[in-house]
Amino acid sequence: MSKINELFNKEVKVINIGLESFYNDLKKQKVSVTHVNWRPAAGGNKKLASLLSRLK
Amino acid sequence: MSSIKYEIRKNAYYDSVTLMIISKEIKKIGGVEEALVGMGTDLNKELAENLGITNTEIKDLTPNDFFVTALADDSVEIETISAEVERLLSAKKSSSDSDYMPPTLESAINHDPDSNIVVISVAGEYAAAEARKALNNDLHVMLFSDNVTADQEKELKELACQKGLLMMGPDCGTAIINNVPLAFANVIKKGHIGIVGASGTGTQEVSVIVDKLGEGVSQVIGTGGRDLKSEIGGLMMLQGIEALKNDPQTKVIVLVSKPPAAEVAEKVLKAIENSPKPVVVDFIGGDRELIEKYGAHACLSLEDAARKAVALLRGKEAKDFEGFDLSDAEIEKLVDGEVAKFAQGQKYLRGFYTGGTLTDEAMKLLSKDLDIYSNIPLSSEYQLEDVKVSKEHTCIDFGDDEFTRGKPHPMIDPVTRVERLTKEEDDEVAVVLMDFVLGYGSHEDPVGEMLPAIKAAKDRMAAKGKYLSVVGSICGTENDPQDLGESQRRLEEAGVIVMPSNAQAVRLTGRILNKIK
Repeated sequence: MSKINELFNKEVKVINIGLESFYNDLKKQKVSVTHVNWRPAAGGNKKLASLLSRLK
Repeated sequence: MSSIKYEIRKNAYYDSVTLMIISKEIKKIGGVEEALVGMGTDLNKELAENLGITNTEIKDLTPNDFFVTALADDSVEIETISAEVERLLSAKKSSSDSDYMPPTLESAINHDPDSNIVVISVAGEYAAAEARKALNNDLHVMLFSDNVTADQEKELKELACQKGLLMMGPDCGTAIINNVPLAFANVIKKGHIGIVGASGTGTQEVSVIVDKLGEGVSQVIGTGGRDLKSEIGGLMMLQGIEALKNDPQTKVIVLVSKPPAAEVAEKVLKAIENSPKPVVVDFIGGDRELIEKYGAHACLSLEDAARKAVALLRGKEAKDFEGFDLSDAEIEKLVDGEVAKFAQGQKYLRGFYTGGTLTDEAMKLLSKDLDIYSNIPLSSEYQLEDVKVSKEHTCIDFGDDEFTRGKPHPMIDPVTRVERLTKEEDDEVAVVLMDFVLGYGSHEDPVGEMLPAIKAAKDRMAAKGKYLSVVGSICGTENDPQDLGESQRRLEEAGVIVMPSNAQAVRLTGRILNKIK
């Protein structure tokens, strides 16, 4: 069975990155959701962020 | 005397939609002429510059810095503005501050290893990297962000296909997985119609009408609007079709998209040829013969797609629907009633839409009779020179890029549509056609936001001895968080004719305009 069809048989558990309203909407519906307190990597410095991502 | 007041907070991050809405509220403070509350992104710094409320300190900010800047009367102190920003920020903050909010995707996965879908809506320049991380961790992705390049989209979708995962988006506005509405989606009954949609409000409209007809959806898979273009080749629609074919809950499959690239249309249709489950295809104005050649049911409108899917599910024949819920006599009476109230010279249409696909459907259905100018015209000769100024028959998609730069999408905050209807005066306009999209993600009361402008526009025309006809449809179900019944009642009380679907609203508008040509 493909992973998509496996998903159709599971409880949806969401990780939300970005708009907090999407997180709040899911919470209201009692959907399992984790909100990432996201901010741009390396303070938005793209060069540094790209260097950091290569370290991982 | 007015002057620039500002406050900077280094290393404080808030999401863009929250801040856009707060900017609007700050402008309402007495004595404040202009205001911008945002993160120090290039876009926000440019907006501050354009509004004339910037300085060298603001120009030096990074995307991790938060700023408030305003042009305000000297009687307004920055402390007053900051206090109001603070109050609004805490009001917007989620009620569950006690919840652990991990700082990165990696830490979120560690915190909740059973997670299976990542919904991403950060600024486009950061979005692809987060999506890639999610896919590499075997997680399905819904990528709401736009401004992701076609190359990045292709790379992400190829990775998802290799791994057998969903990569919905970029620019994917709607999905319903296992009955859970993600981003912009209505509350639809659980059922047996599976939808793969490349156009957000088009998919919402089909699902809403399925619900109204008493059936429900098994899954709604969004692909993002670019999926069926040549660059991407329909990768996610093909994945979605395969998954729905293998899903025992899905008995009928519906595909929704603006007309695809020719070779992609063939590829998608080949994938459904000989499908044991009936397939309904709405390529909004797409090639009917081609669709039927592959054994699928072609459609005349989004409503027609929903009706055909429901008929097929019930084992009935899928007949074309291009009529009305009301009888011919009732429609005739409605049309004549409106036509009788117009003054000499009133003849033009204003289609003011928040949903892109609904705009497109309106123009397609009316194109037989009317030449319509637009910011997203059917052919380039009808491109509005200035999208902010209507001309003859005009249809506007307020969700298109030129209206959403630095502003929330009109489904979240319809302010651009409110302003347009409030400010634009044209004595030759006869009918205003509108959509009201309910559901999660949308404004908490889209109708309430529009009503004052609708009433004012009607009153303004009445004062000149004219009549403004307003026709609308509500894309919403009775289980949506907004009150569908109350939304309809208030519109009707304000004299708006509310039709059961966009297609019927458009058709009625066409009948009215044809009579006064």
